[in-house]
Amino acid sequence: MPQHFVAPPQWEWYIVWYFFFGGIAGGAYVIGTLLRLFGSARDEGAARIAFLISFPTMVICPILLTLDLGHPVRFWHMLINSRTFGLNFKYWSPMSVGAWILLIFGIFAAVSFVEAATLRGWVRHPSAQRIRGFLSGAFGRLFMVVGSLFGLFITGYTGVLLSVSNQPIWSDTWTLGGLFLASGLSVAVASIVLLSRMGPEASDTEVKLVRADRVFIVLELILIVALFVTLGAMGGKFLLGRYLILWLIVLAGTLLPLLLQLRSSMGRPAFSVLAAVLVLVGGLALRMVVVFAAQA
Amino acid sequence: MARTVGFFTDTTLCIGCKACEVACKEWNELPGHAPQFRDSFDNTGQLDDQNWRHVQFHEFTTPKGGVAWNMMSDVCKHCAMASCMEVCPTNAIIRTEFDTVYIQPEVCNGCRDCIAACPYHVIGFNEKTGLAQKCTFCYSRLQQNLIPACAKACPTESIKFGELNQMREVAASRVAQLQAQGVSQARLYGDKEYGGLHALFLLMDKPEAYGLPNADNAVLPRRNNFRGYLGAAVTAVIGLVGAVIAFRDRGGKE
Repeated sequence: MPQHFVAPPQWEWYIVWYFFFGGIAGGAYVIGTLLRLFGSARDEGAARIAFLISFPTMVICPILLTLDLGHPVRFWHMLINSRTFGLNFKYWSPMSVGAWILLIFGIFAAVSFVEAATLRGWVRHPSAQRIRGFLSGAFGRLFMVVGSLFGLFITGYTGVLLSVSNQPIWSDTWTLGGLFLASGLSVAVASIVLLSRMGPEASDTEVKLVRADRVFIVLELILIVALFVTLGAMGGKFLLGRYLILWLIVLAGTLLPLLLQLRSSMGRPAFSVLAAVLVLVGGLALRMVVVFAAQA
Repeated sequence: MARTVGFFTDTTLCIGCKACEVACKEWNELPGHAPQFRDSFDNTGQLDDQNWRHVQFHEFTTPKGGVAWNMMSDVCKHCAMASCMEVCPTNAIIRTEFDTVYIQPEVCNGCRDCIAACPYHVIGFNEKTGLAQKCTFCYSRLQQNLIPACAKACPTESIKFGELNQMREVAASRVAQLQAQGVSQARLYGDKEYGGLHALFLLMDKPEAYGLPNADNAVLPRRNNFRGYLGAAVTAVIGLVGAVIAFRDRGGKE
């Protein structure tokens, strides 16, 4: 078993919620893009909802991260060296890379949000119309694809950030990046399903979303198994007391939705809402157990 | 005036007086924590934002059945390849002209990534200042050509200070001397770990007994970048392919 004598960094609720909202924001952008590129015209409503979710949840992220700092007013030190006023960028430090990508992804999410809001008729300002025009056609598709790559990074790099340390559990596995990425896509789908159910766009696309979610959930389950395999004896620390309860919630947020989704595709709307809620709760529990258990 | 300085802490000479801890707090104006009274002479507990020297007390049974202490004044190792410096996103952690590792208080924003990275449990977060804090190797004293407060105060010269190369020689000859006297458990820590530490220790037990990772476990955070991103990338590809298949219309089924 690897030796660890490290102190915990006291990353707590702000970070857990950041991981959660970051997963939704990045994941929703990716789902919205894929629906537009590979779905039919009937999926456009859900795609717009995805972009409408992505930006507001993205905006929460830097706020949470700033509040977590010991010196919140120095948030800009993440990007700019306060002594030399040159740029700070270390490709080998995920926190440094993440700060930049959060900024860049924020621009993509904001532009696509304005476009989606304009298409829904919520915004009529000429400059918003110009953005909408700008994004129609091949350039718009390229824009979304590039934005999606940054979105994918946001969903997954947080797990890598934890691993690039000397903390027990975090640094003893390669699975956290993939696990957060799969879970991020899954909570994003759940958010889109829930919001879609408030409007008329739902049913057709929901079947597709649920089908994709099955892939994400299965990936998540495989990576949870891989996590415990890579941790070996250290995994026992993960399964004590309240952490065991959190893991049970994680399982309830993956296995139950899989079962419910199979049934909802046979036309039980209440089941699909319940499945989405379980996915969201499970996604939060996953981040809680990973963040808190390693520092206990 | 660039120099490469180092500590050599000879634990066989430590008497556990904690003069190093007191001198450190005096010079660096560290108020310290309330003492923790526990089943030990160690009421300091650990290195953190207030404790930049920490005298450890390790009880052991002697061959004749008596009880004795292995004592050791722990400190930041000022690693040649420093985990804290590697991850620091603000570049607040720098290498000084003395080749020591220093957290610039006016740059640090309190993200605490360095705390997650330091394998020696050295850095602590100060709730009052909002900063990550640790031993500065008495940077202000070095700039004035003074030796660090802990080394100055140590009454037994358990803590030695000097040019790193000179410290390495002193350490090697001391270990050889003890070995020649039959003290087989005497060993040097810090000549190989993290590219060579700037705080060397003569230990009387294996490193892990003092809370120091052994050579196999003294590893840098960045080792996990590649496999972490690779795991995420493979997951992403499988997830995306799955989603593309799921989102395609299937000939009239929907």
